[in-house]
Amino acid sequence: MSTLLRLATAGSVDDGKSTLVGRLLHDSKSVLADQLDAVERVSRDRGLTSADLALLTDGLRAEREQGITIDVAYRYFATANRSFVLADCPGHVQYTRNTVTGSSTADALVLLVDARKGVLEQTRRHLAVAGLMRVPHVVIAVNKIDLVEHSEEVFATVAADVRAVATALGIPDAHAVPVSALHGDNVVERSAGTPWYDGPSLLELLETLSPATDPATESFRMPVQLVIRPQAAARAAEHVEYRGYAGQVASGAVRVGDEVVVQPSGTRSRVVGIDLGERSLDVAVAPQSVTVRLAGDVDVSRGDLLVAADDVVPLRQEVQALVCWLGDTPLHPGARVLVKHGARTVLAVVRSVDGRLDLDALALTPADTLTLNDIGRVTVRLASPLPVESYAESRRGGAFLLVDPDDGRTLAAAMADATAPGEGVS
Amino acid sequence: MTITETLSPLRPEGDLPVPSQLDVLEAESILVIREITAELERPVLLFSGGKDSVVMLHLAAKAFWPAPVPFPVLHVDTGHNFPEVIAYRDATVERLGLRLEVASVQEWIDDGRLRERADGTRNPLQTRPLLDAITRHRFDGVFGGGRRDEEKARAKERVVSLRDDFGQWDPKNQRPELWNLFNPRHRPGEHVRVFPLSNWTELDVWRYVEQEGIELPGLYYAHEREVVERDGMLLAVGPWSPPREGEAVERRLVRYRTVGDMSCTGAVESTAATVADVVAEVAATTITERGATRADDRISEAAMEDRKKEGYF
Repeated sequence: MSTLLRLATAGSVDDGKSTLVGRLLHDSKSVLADQLDAVERVSRDRGLTSADLALLTDGLRAEREQGITIDVAYRYFATANRSFVLADCPGHVQYTRNTVTGSSTADALVLLVDARKGVLEQTRRHLAVAGLMRVPHVVIAVNKIDLVEHSEEVFATVAADVRAVATALGIPDAHAVPVSALHGDNVVERSAGTPWYDGPSLLELLETLSPATDPATESFRMPVQLVIRPQAAARAAEHVEYRGYAGQVASGAVRVGDEVVVQPSGTRSRVVGIDLGERSLDVAVAPQSVTVRLAGDVDVSRGDLLVAADDVVPLRQEVQALVCWLGDTPLHPGARVLVKHGARTVLAVVRSVDGRLDLDALALTPADTLTLNDIGRVTVRLASPLPVESYAESRRGGAFLLVDPDDGRTLAAAMADATAPGEGVS
Repeated sequence: MTITETLSPLRPEGDLPVPSQLDVLEAESILVIREITAELERPVLLFSGGKDSVVMLHLAAKAFWPAPVPFPVLHVDTGHNFPEVIAYRDATVERLGLRLEVASVQEWIDDGRLRERADGTRNPLQTRPLLDAITRHRFDGVFGGGRRDEEKARAKERVVSLRDDFGQWDPKNQRPELWNLFNPRHRPGEHVRVFPLSNWTELDVWRYVEQEGIELPGLYYAHEREVVERDGMLLAVGPWSPPREGEAVERRLVRYRTVGDMSCTGAVESTAATVADVVAEVAATTITERGATRADDRISEAAMEDRKKEGYF
């Protein structure tokens, strides 16, 4: 059986990220002949002597014209036992917004570092974002190893420097791999050019990383997206009385017979059935989308959260959060916004801006507004209490959006109770 | 501290099931379909009888079971569709008890609102009837079967993708999409296109068709057909795609990897007669499905991007 791993890539300008992604796709045989023909044709038209693999990923006209990557692109490749969804995040244009977007769903971040340049400001920023977003695995691809004569010493120094920064940012085990995206060293196949390196190639490493969540060790949570109640419209007569609560298991597992609590009401009930389409399940695990039936006549509606009865989430009316501001107009204290958490959207007021994160100093500095691509801390007061978890404990239960109530724009990505990396508390 | 270290009574006696890649993709698609349906007032699902739209409709049926799919389906009919696909479309709609809306390119040509193109392809002509149907029915969320692995402009598109009040896509100014918190809110007049199969590949679709036992139109499987070879593609000979001068009509064993307008969708030579055969064939293929079968995407590097910006699927 094949499993799925979600990756995000990040890197600085000219570090060869598009080439690395192109190389991964090409060497894992995920690029098909007609795509390669197109790349070779365009490369020739531009006077290049070999195919520019970066062209595989730059999908928009403006990107090809300007030779830059504008927006997150998604790529797919697979090995015998794992499929990969890769979010390719551009490094320079709106890097925070793109990296936050790509990291939010990633199980692993692949960060490129140029072997000749080592840790740059951008490297620190990308690591800071990965740390904030709590991407479970970080892999450092030390690229252009061919340009430093495949030097073990250079690799060791760069890898140690990056790991030191990563550790300071709360990323405990960053893996490092010496690669040449241009020539393919250690990307898919291990390279003869680096005999001193006895670790896995980048792809081998990605094949062995554990998935982000483990349903066996996490508590059950499921936001109710819809109440399924067909009544007279039922597709079969026996389902006229059917009543089920549809949602995706956000974490943990749920079995028929389990005691659950409906939040925020606090009503207790027991699971009497789990359906996935016509199929009945004994157990559902994250991230399955299912429909749960409960015993008795309980009041459950869209936006409610079903949780394990022995581990309910405290309700909160006021939440402090780190936010990445994505709106093109600045945030001022007092702003009225919508908060979207799980399947519930409530009105809220941003009571205060409590500081802005300086990604270079990695410290919170005083601020009373946030502008596009700023990361800062805010205090939000909710119109009705929500079961918001700590982002550090649950990426799903602690994440929410701020949305513009007038035009629906997504204004911010918010992480409850998160601290700035330099604050040292976590 | 933490929740994660607490021993929960939910911890199983035995091993928990490990979701496969198809389980994860299915779960994400169902999440998206339910969320958009809950948040918007008038969703619609684009249904052509092609494999992606069939899988999407199957997922929608699963998402709401045992209630019926709570929105209509819309087909933009170029008028040059394969008759067996139209028959399949009608049978499926009937079986699931759905309402079918048809936006007819032929009607637009007949009454002069659209003109036939010199190259005969009707694919680009679908955009205006599609946008007209969206406006006329006030659809605010339009589910499409597009996949990001199909084409590089699609690779850049969000799962939930905003369209302005002219139906246009602005690839440079897309809404960030975070975690799995999908946000379809928009201003009046705007709408969102929603792609529940964004993260599926062609092979995933076929494996899922096999796993779920989904029935598809017969032309996805190997069959004999009269074709002509044109620009390296095998085009079916039919009322709207007669052989051109000098072209030899041959009977060959073929199947379709994509199903669209007869005049510009090519067949591939294949002996894959069953789902398992097709899965094996797709796993071993060396050419993308659009590269193999879509004449209109060969027009330029940015053919799809340009159509999409104007409001195409």
